[in-house]
Amino acid sequence: MRRLLTLLLTLLLAGPLAAQDLGTVLATHHAEITQPSRQTIGPVIEAVAKAGGAEVLAAWAERRLGVADDGRLAIVHEGGAEDALTGAPVAGKVKTLRPNSGVRSLIAAALVPAQLGDPDPATRAAALDAIARAPDAGQLAALRDAPADPDPALAARRDRLQRLLAIRFDPDPAARTAAIDSFGTDTGADFQAALNPLLATSRVAGPALPADANIARELTPGTDDLPAADAYRLLVEAGLVPARLTDAEQRAALTAHAKNGAVGGVPVAELSDPARRDAAYDALAAQGLVPAAATAAEADAALAAHRFADIYAEPDPAVTDAARGALRAMALREGAARTADMALDAISLASIYFLAAIGLAITFGVMGVINMAHGEFIMMGAYTGYVVQTLIANRTLSLIVALPAAFLVTALAGVVLYRLVIRRLARRPLETLLATFGVSIALQQIAKNIFGTQARPLTAPAWLEGSVGWGEAISISTIRVAILVLALLFLALFLVVMNRTRLGLQVRAVMQNPGMAASMGISPERIAMLTFGLGSGIAGIAGVAIGLFAKVTSELGNDYIVQSFMTVVVGGVGNIWGTLAGAALIGGLQKGIEVLNPGNTLAAQTFMILFIIVFIQFRPRGIIPQRGRAAAA
Amino acid sequence: MLIRRHPALLTALAILALFTLTVTLMSEAYGSGALATSTVKLLGKTLCLALAALAMDLVWGYAGILSLGHMAFFALGGYMIGQWLMYARTAEIVGRTLAAAPIPPTPAELRDGIAGQIFGVVGSADLPWSWSLAGSLPAQLVLVLAVPGLLALGFGWLAFRSRVNGVYLSILTQAMTLALALWLFQNDAGFRGNNGLSGLQNIPGQAHVPQSVIAVRFLWGSAFALACGFLLATWITGGKFGSVIRAIRDDETRVRFLGYPVETFKLAVFTLSAMICAVAGALYYPQAGIINPAEMMPIASIYLAVWVAIGGRGRIYGAVIGAIAVSLLSSWFTGGRAPDLRLGGYTVHWVDWWQVLLGLGFVAVTLFVPRGLSSIWDATAGLRHPARRGADLGPDAGALQEREAEA
Amino acid sequence: MTALLEVSGVSKSFDGFRAINDLSFAIGQAELRAIIGPNGAGKTTFMDIVTGKTRPDSGDVLWGERSVSLVRMSEARIAREGIGRKFQRPTVFEDQTIAENLTLALRSARGPLSVLRWRPSRASRARVADLAAEVNLGGALHRKAGELSHGQKQWLEIGMLLASEPRLLLVDEPAAGMTLAEREATTALLRRLAETRAVVVVEHDMDFVRRLNCKVTVLHQGAVLAEGSLDHVSANPQVIEVYLGR
Repeated sequence: MRRLLTLLLTLLLAGPLAAQDLGTVLATHHAEITQPSRQTIGPVIEAVAKAGGAEVLAAWAERRLGVADDGRLAIVHEGGAEDALTGAPVAGKVKTLRPNSGVRSLIAAALVPAQLGDPDPATRAAALDAIARAPDAGQLAALRDAPADPDPALAARRDRLQRLLAIRFDPDPAARTAAIDSFGTDTGADFQAALNPLLATSRVAGPALPADANIARELTPGTDDLPAADAYRLLVEAGLVPARLTDAEQRAALTAHAKNGAVGGVPVAELSDPARRDAAYDALAAQGLVPAAATAAEADAALAAHRFADIYAEPDPAVTDAARGALRAMALREGAARTADMALDAISLASIYFLAAIGLAITFGVMGVINMAHGEFIMMGAYTGYVVQTLIANRTLSLIVALPAAFLVTALAGVVLYRLVIRRLARRPLETLLATFGVSIALQQIAKNIFGTQARPLTAPAWLEGSVGWGEAISISTIRVAILVLALLFLALFLVVMNRTRLGLQVRAVMQNPGMAASMGISPERIAMLTFGLGSGIAGIAGVAIGLFAKVTSELGNDYIVQSFMTVVVGGVGNIWGTLAGAALIGGLQKGIEVLNPGNTLAAQTFMILFIIVFIQFRPRGIIPQRGRAAAA
Repeated sequence: MLIRRHPALLTALAILALFTLTVTLMSEAYGSGALATSTVKLLGKTLCLALAALAMDLVWGYAGILSLGHMAFFALGGYMIGQWLMYARTAEIVGRTLAAAPIPPTPAELRDGIAGQIFGVVGSADLPWSWSLAGSLPAQLVLVLAVPGLLALGFGWLAFRSRVNGVYLSILTQAMTLALALWLFQNDAGFRGNNGLSGLQNIPGQAHVPQSVIAVRFLWGSAFALACGFLLATWITGGKFGSVIRAIRDDETRVRFLGYPVETFKLAVFTLSAMICAVAGALYYPQAGIINPAEMMPIASIYLAVWVAIGGRGRIYGAVIGAIAVSLLSSWFTGGRAPDLRLGGYTVHWVDWWQVLLGLGFVAVTLFVPRGLSSIWDATAGLRHPARRGADLGPDAGALQEREAEA
Repeated sequence: MTALLEVSGVSKSFDGFRAINDLSFAIGQAELRAIIGPNGAGKTTFMDIVTGKTRPDSGDVLWGERSVSLVRMSEARIAREGIGRKFQRPTVFEDQTIAENLTLALRSARGPLSVLRWRPSRASRARVADLAAEVNLGGALHRKAGELSHGQKQWLEIGMLLASEPRLLLVDEPAAGMTLAEREATTALLRRLAETRAVVVVEHDMDFVRRLNCKVTVLHQGAVLAEGSLDHVSANPQVIEVYLGR
């Protein structure tokens, strides 16, 4: 209340009283105002602000302050100019001042306290922005002293800013730690930025460590944190020891003093021996031709005689401890968020592998046949999507058409492959593997001949672009969510077909005992053909899905085929849940290793494959093996 | 003794000797010059591939293990010899450069210079530990056999011990070679990442010998190695050992109940075959001049299986014929020397269509000539297998099956 | 007389189904024994456990004079200990000649290096010829086994078993698919073999078991139901119940 009264009083009295002072100030600093320099203008601006020259300062910053012909300072308006002090119109030419950006920012800072009390919320917000952009110690008082902000959002912002500034500038350590604690579980970048400077360290070396310093940690030379060479360099920089002689310098010195096939009495031919080089250098040093070099023993002694430490610039340990604690807690929370994000990525990858492997698992489970051309079916599906897209302009419609079209094309290809090749190689799994490989290289080359080696785009409709996210760290692209939904859809479809339909019953019968199934009137060949078509068709759908986020090339299948095999092998044959578990394991593993070893997907894949080879040792028949006595045989 | 029991061996060796002699007499270095040096190299490389195919036949055709990772051993052999070739050659160059300086280099300076030359391309200047023996030819020659041998031993032990069979094993071997290739692709694996090792055609200490002479010498070496491979394979498969491994191929369980340690036999054949492959690789890459991890991507190993299948597995000469025929045809077609085929409005460029022809041809061979090209020999020699018209051969699925028995 | 093979308290389940349930069984050095039982009694699983194909969940299998346990041994190791097995369907190596098949089975060192160094000797050739003659294949030494008839394959397999000179012979349903004359020859052979070694015959066919004229063990639900002469067990009311179903 009292503060409000004073404010009113100041406002009322501001005019005449301040004008007087302002006049003096402007007159005293006239030269500095017209020719400002970033280094010296600070006190002037402060004086003007104190004298109530807010309007002058604002005009100056906006490049509307000028010098009239008679030397008076004038504020320029659209219509004309008026005296900066009295407000009287100024005739004649006014030359506007053009302060540089450094000066302008100083002016803006000086204007802040007044702006914080401005009735216009936009001005107050701008003032807070200005502080946040270039915080300094002086503004802390302004923030604290300014009248309470009626706008709750702005009030909260101001409070936050005040606490951020308190962390950095409050003279009282207790107030600073309290400010740090007041942020609690906040993970804001501004909070982090306020904490980081507190923990800035510098590395010092000396015979003893400074007694009053806030030591972050003491270092032992020769460890990973401080290699001996670095430690010695620190001592050299501190002027405590002479520099050591590097091999290159020694060589240069010897070369410079080579005379008549010898250096310092040592024949040049012998200088391929490092010991002889040292001898030659010592001889030169004894003659005073080169500076004496510190020996290794001297260097070690010097390192042992000195102590090394990282020292905080911030002297108060209580503050640095609080800051360190807050940062650690923040890192922990961010780690959790990143883990969640990684889990999402892993699920997404797993759903892709699942889609790619499900067809393979079906054919392998029912017929014991590995179809090496499966990857090429994926590729065919993707190219079908591309062709459909060139025919239908509407992206959504083309995707809706592409999915069944890809299914039909690849299912047909699968049936043809079955009838022409696989059926004739019945019960010869290894030859089937190789024959389908022949089909695979032929298909790949045909695709290359038709579509070229250039990658073809398969663009997703607009509603599939962008991403879904929770918080800053967790996000997943919409396409991947769609693929996950697609994978779940196929899982459900597969379960329904296998467990609820007559076809599924027949397929399961053929899987368990083809001979018996045949004698019950089920044609194993027909079932095999249908399942092969189904498996291939799903590969086509997977191809469209993969094409939406990866480039469509004739080698698209190669990238997924080995992972698909792994999924089937790890998951176990003949069980959809096994395939799901295999896909989850492989996707999760790949992402997990990538996190442990970031930026190195090659290493991730290597380790994943090694893991699978070891995994097979313990579960030779996959996570969910075929059961029964037959499996034990 | 061996030749008396296997008359085909003498024929094969005679053909090989005749071939080598003919090529020598037509080479630029020792003969008429009718064959360009690049052709001599191609023929020498083809002999190495034939040796690799022979090794593949040993493990697949005889022991029934379809390894889809054998080219990993081939390439590893190449890497091991390549380390010495590259290191010793760089040492010569660096040594010459540093010798021109006023002060002779220390061993450490020499090593740093070599390391900088070799690894500068991947942004490193340190010699990785895996290169510590690279300066010594005998050591690297031992490694040519030891590294692939130990890898095969370790992998085989893991796989066979857990009774991984058939298609599963094939996929696992494929994973092995992929893992190795991906690892080598990394720059910090210590083998120059995807740059691989290059300049291998320059033999250290032989800078004065022209490439035309080196090519013929490597041809001799490859032919000699192939001949040794022939003898070794015939000796192994001819006796009781061959009988045991073929029995394992046909019915593993039964062999086990006869008291034979099946896993040990498989491991022995797998390792031996890996080592033969490594020797072939060590002879191949100095003729090719460059090796990089792409050479051991799974597709290369599958091609090896394709050659053996086309040639006819379970026959030593079958594998060799397959490798020679397919790889020579392949380089003829892809080299752009095959005449284009005009089909109405479309011209078939064989560079584009050879892969299609190979793929479909391979399917056709698998379907219609399952015993490969060598079965044509058998047919002319009057060797016939009983036509069983689909009748059951083996006791149950997984054991000896119809046509697979005929090989 | 000490037992050659002693199975004690062995159990094995597959996915909750108890195929063998606390089974105990012993056989002497030179003895012929028939094991009978209805389908699912655990006959084949019993043979699988003895030969190492299946590991029991509990119990022990002791072998020979020194009573070594077979439970942890591999199939090949057990075979080398002297246990031979004849499968129900003839399993010979069809791609190899009769001589090769018999040579494979001949008693000799089984390690890869020994096999690599092995060369046929006069003695081994003579033994192979003798064995072939014994199973009536003397004139066909260099024919491939795949060309033989079903019965001839059975005989070849028996020849291979003889070649490996087992101390215990497990025979799975030898009479299946044989003519009457072949059955008689088989019976005679088994009885002759049992004079020098232990022979266990698993058989369905009561008539064939009667011909063997030996001690009979009846298995039911994975355990021994009765043991004794065929007449003795046939009189057992429990046996009648499980066999005739009532």
